[in-house]
Amino acid sequence: MIQDLLGIPPQALFGQLLLGLINGSFYALLSLGLAVIFGMLHVINFAHGALYMVGAFVAWLLMIHLGIGYWPALLIAPLVVAAFGVLIERTMLVRIAKMDPLYGLLLTFGLALVIEGVFRHFYGVSGQPYPPPPSLQGGTNLGFMFLPTYRAWVVVASLVVCLGTWYAIERTKLGSYLRAATEKPQLVQAMGINVPALVTLTFAAAVALAGFAGVLAAPMYQVNPLMGSNLIIVVFAVVVIGGMGSILGAVITGFGLGIVEGLTKVFYPEAANIVIFVVMAIVLLVKPQGLFGKA
Amino acid sequence: MLSVRDLTGYYGESHILHGVEFQIAEGEVVTLIGRNGVGKTTTLRAILGLLDRQEGSIRLQGEEILGLRTDRIARKGIGYVPEDRGIFASLTVEENLLLPPVVKPGGLTTEEVYGLFPRLKERRKSQGTKLSGGEQQMLSIARILRTGARLLLMDEPTEGLAPVIVQQIGSIIAELKRKGFTILLVEQNFHFASGVADRHYVMEDGKVVDMIPNDRLEAEREKLQQYLGV
Ligand SMILES: Nc1ncnc2c1ncn2[C@@H]1O[C@H](COP(=O)(O)OP(=O)(O)O)[C@@H](O)[C@H]1O
Ligand SMILES: [Mg+2]
Repeated sequence: MIQDLLGIPPQALFGQLLLGLINGSFYALLSLGLAVIFGMLHVINFAHGALYMVGAFVAWLLMIHLGIGYWPALLIAPLVVAAFGVLIERTMLVRIAKMDPLYGLLLTFGLALVIEGVFRHFYGVSGQPYPPPPSLQGGTNLGFMFLPTYRAWVVVASLVVCLGTWYAIERTKLGSYLRAATEKPQLVQAMGINVPALVTLTFAAAVALAGFAGVLAAPMYQVNPLMGSNLIIVVFAVVVIGGMGSILGAVITGFGLGIVEGLTKVFYPEAANIVIFVVMAIVLLVKPQGLFGKA
Repeated sequence: MLSVRDLTGYYGESHILHGVEFQIAEGEVVTLIGRNGVGKTTTLRAILGLLDRQEGSIRLQGEEILGLRTDRIARKGIGYVPEDRGIFASLTVEENLLLPPVVKPGGLTTEEVYGLFPRLKERRKSQGTKLSGGEQQMLSIARILRTGARLLLMDEPTEGLAPVIVQQIGSIIAELKRKGFTILLVEQNFHFASGVADRHYVMEDGKVVDMIPNDRLEAEREKLQQYLGV
């Protein structure tokens, strides 16, 4: 029945759709964090990709040096990245908090170069393999396609974490502090809330998401110092398309663009690498604040 | 309750407050009046530590609070109704109401607050900024009554509102006074101020230049009109 959909073998179509969903999983996790950081700190965090890479490296180092496996790493690596985030925010970002956002962009851009440089110095540019945990190896034949278990896990884990983050921000008390402090930080502080601490916590949590994404990526791509810089450019395009304003918008745009990219690979492979940037250009022309952004 | 002495305040390089002095006793309702731009809002912000720089002395129940971080000052028991009402667009009415943390025992319960402001209960699921101007002002006052703060700083709560709403806000302030709250009220609406306040401090050019007890208002009417430029 679905043998020859539009002249495309279903294996190829669903295979690319899955790949698109996987890419979308990373776009969503990373652009979500960027949107939250921008809302609260007015910083365009160029170090986000580097911190994603750090998450993957922490998982790899835990395995190599301490024999700590994937599941504990999935918790430990984000915490390590969060701690690093606290350090970055407390020692550097806090000093430029009242300056033009351009300073934040330059600072985090420099930071990304430094972090990546350090990892290149110690580990070179060749990728380090990281095996998926035994429970997630193998796959299932669904009839119309073969579904590798690990890839299915990545999509599910990302969706759950994204929706969990959305819930935490939009439906909890702590989230209401965060939303309020994004709008009027001084007034929230005048209510008795320690806004500087809230800002630190927000930054730490958002970069922890990047660290988490890094661990998810480790078994699929090789762990290497440049894995973040390749991804972050696309993620910035995703953020521009989605608009900075909305959490759910970042998630939907992330997954949506992953799928668009996957489908482009099926129907017009030549354009697959640039389709997101084409979409970005169109969105900027038609709705400059982004699909979900507030004007 | 509150004693402000020799308070100077700056926004960046501009020197706005030049030695503000006044006192409020527990349970009093006191106004700061004066023309636009004389520094009334800045005085309230200085009490909360929100200026770039402030010097002098601000004592709350005998304790020096000038120099503390803003959230610490608020936790000493000060509630703030800002000039722009400060309603959060990304929060529902109920989230706005429950946002300020309880800082002292003895605040009103949520049910008591809804009892005073039934309209807010009806609209509790709406987006905060979808309320009318009057309702937003009510919400801005309502949300600081739960926190246990006993000193309320209100910045022009009647500004731009219809007379019937102004009247409601007047009776709410009277009710709060009965409940023992201490209120520092910034007002331009002189008629309103005379109906609710015990005393009036007049500000000019970043200083308090006069104090008029409410029962002397008639006698000092001419002087006051000069101060206010009406
Ligand atoms: N954020 C600010 N930066 C610089 N100057 C300000 C700022 N806010 C107010 N001012 C100035 O401080 C003075 C006092 O303002 P304000 O306290 O708002 O007056 P009032 O509340 O009595 O109308 C005015 O001259 C105003 O221009
Ligand atoms: Mg004012």
